[in-house]
Amino acid sequence: MAEMRLRDALREALREEMLRDEKVFLMGEDIGLYGGSYAVTKGLLEEFGEERVIDTPIAESGIVGAGIGAALGGLRPMVELMTINFSFLALDQIVNTAAKLYHMSNGQLNVPMVIRMASGGGSQLAATHSHSLEGLYAHFPGLKVVCPSSPADAKGLLKRAFRDDNTVIFIEHTANYALKGEVPEDPDFLIEFGKANVLREGTDVTLIGYSGSVHQATRAATMLEEQEEISAEVIDLRCLRPLDMDTVVESVKKTNRAVIVEDAWKFGGFGGELAAQIMERAFDWLDAPVARVSCKDVPLPYNRNLEFAALPSEEDVVEAVLGMFKE
Amino acid sequence: MTTETSLSSTDLGAEQLGKFLYEMMLIRRFEEKCGELYTKGKIRGFLHLYTGQEACAVGSIACLEDKDKILTHYRDHGHALARGLDPNRVMAELYGKATGVSGGRGGSMHLYDVEKGFLGGYAIVTAHLPVAVGLGMASNMKKENFVTLCIFGDGSVGEGEFHEALNLSVLWKTPVIFFCENNLYGMGVPFHESLSTEIPKLAAAYNMPAVSVDGMDVLAVHEATKKAVEHCRTGNGPYFIEAMTYRYRGHSMADPELYRLKDEIEKMRARDCIVKLKGQMEEAGYLDEARFQELTDRVEQVVDEAVQFSEESPQPGIDTLFDHLYKEPANG
Repeated sequence: MAEMRLRDALREALREEMLRDEKVFLMGEDIGLYGGSYAVTKGLLEEFGEERVIDTPIAESGIVGAGIGAALGGLRPMVELMTINFSFLALDQIVNTAAKLYHMSNGQLNVPMVIRMASGGGSQLAATHSHSLEGLYAHFPGLKVVCPSSPADAKGLLKRAFRDDNTVIFIEHTANYALKGEVPEDPDFLIEFGKANVLREGTDVTLIGYSGSVHQATRAATMLEEQEEISAEVIDLRCLRPLDMDTVVESVKKTNRAVIVEDAWKFGGFGGELAAQIMERAFDWLDAPVARVSCKDVPLPYNRNLEFAALPSEEDVVEAVLGMFKE
Repeated sequence: MTTETSLSSTDLGAEQLGKFLYEMMLIRRFEEKCGELYTKGKIRGFLHLYTGQEACAVGSIACLEDKDKILTHYRDHGHALARGLDPNRVMAELYGKATGVSGGRGGSMHLYDVEKGFLGGYAIVTAHLPVAVGLGMASNMKKENFVTLCIFGDGSVGEGEFHEALNLSVLWKTPVIFFCENNLYGMGVPFHESLSTEIPKLAAAYNMPAVSVDGMDVLAVHEATKKAVEHCRTGNGPYFIEAMTYRYRGHSMADPELYRLKDEIEKMRARDCIVKLKGQMEEAGYLDEARFQELTDRVEQVVDEAVQFSEESPQPGIDTLFDHLYKEPANG
């Protein structure tokens, strides 16, 4: 084990996978000379050369499409789109090509590609640069969607993504890049997709988060314990597709209450899917309606006070939980 | 545009020319039959017929080797047949049958045959152009030296991805032939109303060699593509061909064709690729009535067989609905 920040854990994963498999290469916006806009790929150009670490023009659709072609040609590309906000420009390639070829070709073509992108608000970047779209990508059958919240998960899941024969949308919350944690150094360290992580055990309520919102959930759990003597279980989904509903349902059957915490908008969002599945599978165990703590239904403003008022906080989570215990 | 070709200016023999003629006739008859079957409700969904454009597919694809790849647009039956996909299985796909080249999951616009390097019809205009660049990257990185023939229509050139793909392809020197079948209309809009310049100039702007050829002349298409393949194969990066062509039928079976006059269609039919090659071969003594009848009969037989095969083929089982959703990981 070694202590490192999440961005360094991601870099280690990329390095190890490039060393392991010569078919792995990286392409993306400012990943080479600049070192990646969140410094994830720093030093990789020097180590692996420009054949395997390719700086691309700003052409999201073009480079994702090229990644698809490279994958069809037998390589294992990683495409970095800098931020998830720019992935709208590549949405057609992701949804209509990468997610569809395997099924539509009757299993003849598959697209083993990893698309990395930074997600989330909270940095005063205003509405166009603050999206949380994990749930959007999870909507499409054919894609896998992974969103780690800790350095160890980031490494294990990213390495696992390169072993997958399908397109993996790998989403990194910007607030998580500087997080520190213990990370295994074993080059065979992988984390299986579709296994949620119970970060904290509890008996009174289940808090479910993913990507950035795991941390609000965890802080809320501490507050609930210290201030309210409420024991909260915290689940990090880690992957939205495949989704580990079993772990969630098992927990809700134990605690009888569920609060979903997410940075995305509530309306039409992934939290609604979770709430529906909890209802379908654990209705009789619920002592209160499933609660959702989400982003307020507005584009995120630049102003710090306004932005923070829009984003979900641990206080919001605590409030939602307390609401469940009122008669 | 290049000048008129004649048999004397090519080194193609009677056998090769006969193959061209046969393939164009097969595509023509296959497509006519598809039109009939569509009106009978045997083929559903969108159906875009390729009649009139046969010289483009046959002339270009003949230049490829087995290891080369093809990506094309949704008007893709002609390219599939020219690449040697089994007509039975192409027709079965249009029927949506389990024996179809895409198992009945793709339909007319999404034909695939990996064994033949036929990596699909793409039904989102221009989506396959960046994909072709990626295949070119793989060819270069793996030193496999295969060429990707990327076929699209004039409707593609207004899309941003067209420009992204051309730029990337030149930057990264990928062995891709960008082959534009300019049939003069993007659905019902004449291409000169959609584009402020000429198509080859767009390629030239990205420093890509570009030519315009008569797409109604299989020999001209073949000649141009041969040069393009040579250019790509020897490590010079991409090459652009505009083939001026014409579709005799509407954009799809739903097209009332209010945007063009019957006159125009008749004028273009006078330059028909099959009639033209037939005439040239007769003149050279490569073809007589008996031989032509033989080809006609063979084509009829192949198409009839394809229909019969498709009629008799099973529907995909409902229990296969979730097949091919995710490929199981190789390890881990």
